Amino acid sequence: MRNTRMKTLLIAAAVLALGLWSFAPVEAAPKKGGVLKFVVGSKIPSYDGHIESTFGMIHPLRPFYSLLIRVNPDNPASPTDFVCDVCEGGIPKPTEGHTKYAFKIRSDITFHNGQKLTSADVKATYDKIISPPKGIESNRKAFFSMVKSVSAPDPKTLVFKLKYPTGAFVPALALPYNFIYSKADLDKHGYKWHQKNVNGTGAFRFVQHQPGAFVEGKRYEKYHHKGKPYLDGYRAISAPKMAIRLQAIRGDRAAIEFRGFPPKARDDLKKALGDKLTVQESDWNCNLMVTPNHKRKPFDDARVRRALTLAIDRWGGSKYLSRIAIVKTVGGVVFPKHPLAATKEELTKIAGYWPDINKSRAEAKRLLKEAGYPSGFEFTLHNRGVDQPYKVVGTWVIDQWRKIGLKVKQWVQPSGPFYATLRKKKNFDVSIDFNCQSVINPLVDVSKFISDDRAGNQYAEYQDRQLDKWFDEMNREPDVKKQRAIMRKYEKRALDEMAHQFVTLWWYKINPHRSYVKGWKIAPSHYLNQHLDNVWIDK
Amino acid sequence: MYRYTIKRILLMFPTLLGAAVLVFFMLRLIPGDVCELRMAGTGMFVDKEAIATCQQNLGIDAPIYVQFIDFITGFFTFDLGKSMWTGKPILHEIGLRFELSLQVAIMATLTAILIAIPLGTISAIKQDTWIDYVVRTFSIAGIAMPSFWLGILIILGLLIMTQKVFGDPWMPPIHYTPIWEDPVANISQLIWPAVATGYRYSAVATRMTRSALLEVLREDYVRTARAKGLLEKLIINRHALKNSLLPVATVIGLEFAFLMGGLVVTEQVFNLNGLGKLFVESVTNHDYTMTQSLVMLVAVVFIFTNLFIDILYAWLDPRIRYS
Repeated sequence: MRNTRMKTLLIAAAVLALGLWSFAPVEAAPKKGGVLKFVVGSKIPSYDGHIESTFGMIHPLRPFYSLLIRVNPDNPASPTDFVCDVCEGGIPKPTEGHTKYAFKIRSDITFHNGQKLTSADVKATYDKIISPPKGIESNRKAFFSMVKSVSAPDPKTLVFKLKYPTGAFVPALALPYNFIYSKADLDKHGYKWHQKNVNGTGAFRFVQHQPGAFVEGKRYEKYHHKGKPYLDGYRAISAPKMAIRLQAIRGDRAAIEFRGFPPKARDDLKKALGDKLTVQESDWNCNLMVTPNHKRKPFDDARVRRALTLAIDRWGGSKYLSRIAIVKTVGGVVFPKHPLAATKEELTKIAGYWPDINKSRAEAKRLLKEAGYPSGFEFTLHNRGVDQPYKVVGTWVIDQWRKIGLKVKQWVQPSGPFYATLRKKKNFDVSIDFNCQSVINPLVDVSKFISDDRAGNQYAEYQDRQLDKWFDEMNREPDVKKQRAIMRKYEKRALDEMAHQFVTLWWYKINPHRSYVKGWKIAPSHYLNQHLDNVWIDK
Repeated sequence: MYRYTIKRILLMFPTLLGAAVLVFFMLRLIPGDVCELRMAGTGMFVDKEAIATCQQNLGIDAPIYVQFIDFITGFFTFDLGKSMWTGKPILHEIGLRFELSLQVAIMATLTAILIAIPLGTISAIKQDTWIDYVVRTFSIAGIAMPSFWLGILIILGLLIMTQKVFGDPWMPPIHYTPIWEDPVANISQLIWPAVATGYRYSAVATRMTRSALLEVLREDYVRTARAKGLLEKLIINRHALKNSLLPVATVIGLEFAFLMGGLVVTEQVFNLNGLGKLFVESVTNHDYTMTQSLVMLVAVVFIFTNLFIDILYAWLDPRIRYS
C-alpha cells in the first residue's frame, strides 16, 4: 500500500515536472544572416589595441580579433567568470606556488590571412604588450608587472611564469585590448604595422574603414568557435553626437549603441518604440571621484577632506540622480558586485556612507570648525566639460557642500585642457576625476589610491606609504579572504581616515536596443563582450 | 586684368604665411596634447612611459621652432604629413571628406540661388505690398534661425511625421554614399542639410538681392528705359537684375567658401563626415597637423573664392577694369 502511494506520488511529480518543462519559455534558436548596424560615439585613433584605450576603437575593431581568454559571453555580468578564447579547456590552475600558468592553445585556429595560429603568436603578442622594444608604445604594461617570463615550449603550449602569486593576473589576461597578433606579421612588418592594418582570428574579417564614417566587417567562415558568428557582417557607424545615436536607433538606421544612454533617453526611446525596443541595464565599472589637491590649503588637512566626503548624501543621490544621470550604485573603492567589494553593512561604517545624513553633516561641520573654518570657506571645483555624468554630478556635489556652509564655484574645461590641469598644471583646488576600467580587476583598479609617485593616474598629489604597503600585500596574496581583509583596511584608510580622495557614485549602464538584436548580453563595462560572435538578428 | 590676377596670386603667399603662424602658435596655447588624450583620457591606468614614447614618435617633444619649420616646409611642398590621431596621410583624410563637403556646399548654394534671386526680385518689384512683407518675414526668419537648429527640427519632424503616417519612424541615412554608387541614398541624406543651410544662406542673399535691385531700379538708365516704353519684364531682366547681382555674387561666393569648412555644427547634427566635422574632431583631439592643414585649406579656398568673385565682377560689369 505504502509502495503504491509512493509510486503514484513519483509519477505525479514526474508528470508535473514534464508539464512545467514543456511550458517553460524556450529561448529561440539563433538565426544566421543579416548585417548588424551599430553606432559608436567615439573616434578610432590607430587600430592597435595594445596602444589605444578608447571604446571608439574597441567597438568597431574587437570583432576582428581573439584574446587568450575572455569574459564569459554567456555570463558577462559576472566579474569573475572567464573562459578560454584561443586556449582550450578551462582557465588552467596555477602550479608552483601559484606562479605558473600553462595554457593549451587550440590547434584549429587560422588568421584571416590563412596562417595557422600557434602558441608562438600568443607569446609574441604578450611580449609586445609586456616588454615592447624601445620606441613602441604599450599602454598596459603595468597590468603585467607580475610576469617574469612568457614561453612557448611547443606550438600548443603557452607558459606564464610569475614573480609572485597574485589574483590580478588572470583578469589582466582577459583585457579586451589584448588582441592576438600573428608573430609572422610582427616579424615581417614590424611592431607598428597593426596600427593601420588588421589581421586577426576574430569572428569577422576586416572589409573597410572610412575614417570618420564607418568600419565594416564580414563573417569569418573559419572562426574557431564553431557555428558562430551568426551575423553575415556588421557596420560600426561613427556618430559622435548622442542625439544622432538616439535618433539612429529610433529611425532604425542603427540597431544598438554599446556604450550607454542616460535614463531620459531610454524613456523617450521606449515611449516612441514600445515593444520594438529592449532595454538592458547593469552596474558599470566606472565611478566619479572627488579629488582634493593635497598641495593646496586647506585640502592638506584630513579633517577638511573628511568634511567634504561626509557632506555628500550618496544614498539619497543614488535615488534621485539616477533618474537624470548615468550614475546610481553606491560603492566603495571596489566595483560593487565583486567579491572583494564592501557589503552595505561595511560601507555604512565609512565616512560619507553613514545612513543618517544629518548626523554625517553635523560631523562635517564639527570637523570644519575644528580645522578653523567654523563658517565654511570658498573654493573651486574643477570639472570636465561633458554632461553625462560629470557636469550633473559636479553640480550635485556643489549643492551637497553648500549644506555644510561651503561656497563652491564650478570650473569646467574640455577634455584636453581638463587632463592637462589634472596631470601637469595641477592648479586646481578640488577636481572631479574618474576611474573607469574594463575587466573588473579590483587588485589593480584600486591603484588609483596609492602614492602619486607610483600610480600613473592619482592626481590628488599625496604619498601614503601605508596604502602602498597594503596594495602590494593584496596583490601578492593568493587567498581571496585575506585579500578582502586587507582591502577593507585599505578602503577605510583611503576613503575615511585620510579621505585622500573619494568616490561619489558608480555609473549605471543603460543599453536600449532594437528588439530584433538577440544574443548580446550587457556587461558591467562598455569595453567587454564586444566580439559580437554570439549576436544575431531576429528579423 | 592679367597683371591684377598675378598680383593677387602672389599676395597669397604672405597671407598664407600669416595664417600658418597664427594657427601654429594658437593651437599650442591649448593645454594638453594628443598622446595624453589618447592614452590617459579614459580614466584608466596611465602609462607615463607609453605617453613619452608616443610624444617622441609624433615629434611633439621636439623644439617648437623645429616643429614650425617642418610644418611650413611641408605645406609649401604639398607634403601635409600624417594625422597625429589616426597616423594616416592628411591628404587622404581630407580627400575623403572633401567630396561630401563640396557636394553639400554646391547643393546649398543652388538651393540658396533658386530661392534668393526670384524672391528678392519679386520682393523688390512688389515693394511694400503684402508679397514683399511675406518675403521679408521669410528671409528674416532664415537669418534668425541657426541652420543646425533647423536641422534638428527637420530630423525630429521627419521621425514624428513618418511614424504617424507609416507607423515606423524614418530618418535620413547617417553615413555617406557617393552619388554615383547610390543616387537615392546620397540625395536622401544630403538634401536635408542642403535645405537647412541653404535656407539661412538664401535669407541673406534674398535681402541683398532686394536692396540691390531697389537701388538699381531708381537709377536714371532704368527711368530712361521705362520712358522709351520698354517692357517692364525686359527692364528687370536685361538692365536691372544683372547690374544688381554684383553684391549678391559677393555674398554667395563668401558663403560658399564658408560652407566648405564652416558647417561645423550642421555636419554634427546630420552626422555628415565632412570637413567641418573633421575640423571639430581634430581640434578636440589636439591633432595639430590635421588642424593646421584644415585651416590652411580653408584659407586657400577663401583666397581663391575672392579672386573668382573679383574676376566675376568684371564680367558682370564691363566698366570694372582692375588694371
